Amino acid sequence: MYRKVPQFVETHLEEIIDSWKARMKDEHGEKFFHIMPEEVIERTSRDFAELVVSSLTEDSAKYDEKLHNFSERIVRLGWSITLVMKAIENFSDTLYDLLRKAGILDDGNVAEYFDILNNWIKPLRQEVVEMYSRTWERTVNLQKIALQELSASLIPVFDKISVMPLVGTIDTERAKLIMENLLEGVVRHRAEVVLLDITGVPVVDTMVAHHIIQAADAVRLVGARCMLVGIRPEIAQTIVALGISLEDFTTTSTLQRGMQEALALTNRKIVEVDEQ
Amino acid sequence: MAYRSSVDIHTEWDIVAARQLGRNEAKKVGFGTVDQARITTAISELARNIYLYAGAGKIEIERLNEDGLFGIAIIASDEGPGIPDVRKVMEDGYSTSGGLGAGMPGVKRLMDDFRVDTERGKGTKITAVKWLR
Repeated sequence: MYRKVPQFVETHLEEIIDSWKARMKDEHGEKFFHIMPEEVIERTSRDFAELVVSSLTEDSAKYDEKLHNFSERIVRLGWSITLVMKAIENFSDTLYDLLRKAGILDDGNVAEYFDILNNWIKPLRQEVVEMYSRTWERTVNLQKIALQELSASLIPVFDKISVMPLVGTIDTERAKLIMENLLEGVVRHRAEVVLLDITGVPVVDTMVAHHIIQAADAVRLVGARCMLVGIRPEIAQTIVALGISLEDFTTTSTLQRGMQEALALTNRKIVEVDEQ
Repeated sequence: MAYRSSVDIHTEWDIVAARQLGRNEAKKVGFGTVDQARITTAISELARNIYLYAGAGKIEIERLNEDGLFGIAIIASDEGPGIPDVRKVMEDGYSTSGGLGAGMPGVKRLMDDFRVDTERGKGTKITAVKWLR
């Protein structure tokens, strides 16, 4: 039995793959074969079948390595985990049907067969699921880091004037980071005026407004002034509808106008050079 | 049957997902940028209330078409503690979480129709509608 099954898989590879494909087509329709190029399916199913053979014939260290490589490749192909699980299940069902038809399986040795089956299906499933979750965790972590890198740095533009451009969604964690960077930067750059640019903030709700007001208050405490710039027309309207009072702020529609005001506040202006 | 889609709210990032859904649906209905901003801001407020006060719930977005009148409905529902005093919550500046207290009255002003159904210990359902003009 332990020799017959891998032997059967090896000699009947084409038949197994064909009827497995037919089964997948039955359940998922043509859609399944649309999202995947023919040769990828062909190669992957062949690799999968070889993996089955290897699980029954080779020693476990070698098999583990093959299994690892295989699941890594599957994950990289970007197929959904549900589909891959279904594919594995269908493959074993197909194999069962064909073995039965070939007379290798009968009522007498079915139990033995399931034993073999369990030994390769279980670790395979586990490995695939683990690989998927590891990949996801990694992606999420990387994105978190990328998001933090994108967060809020205070840029000194002129003497006494700094700008903090805010881009993207502001959640509680980022709001804290913004506040820290803002205060630290104001002190370090000896800024007297700070321009908070919200051009890149998609939604200003009461929480975001609340954080901005708090940041401005804190900036005032360290002896500087905070201006809110880059207020788009639609954001201005929602702020009014929400009934948020920004009266303590100087606000402008663009960074450019804010900069002019900031220069005026520090008794300076930009003049054109008289060419002679 | 009107088209309806929903987002479950469990974490702060689900608020962003709900907002994104709302913005896309609002675009499909044909709202301009100002109304899109109003609708997404309203969703943001309602979703945040779910996250802050109920812990979990869902935001449903429904595209409306009543007698040739197009619109969008936001349905925010949770099984949280309910709102003890609805009248107070609708006052500007009232907040139990140290916020601005502008959320609920703000949503009412951002949208055209606004309804609160709440029962203590059972949960809250808020329906807010914006019509396309």
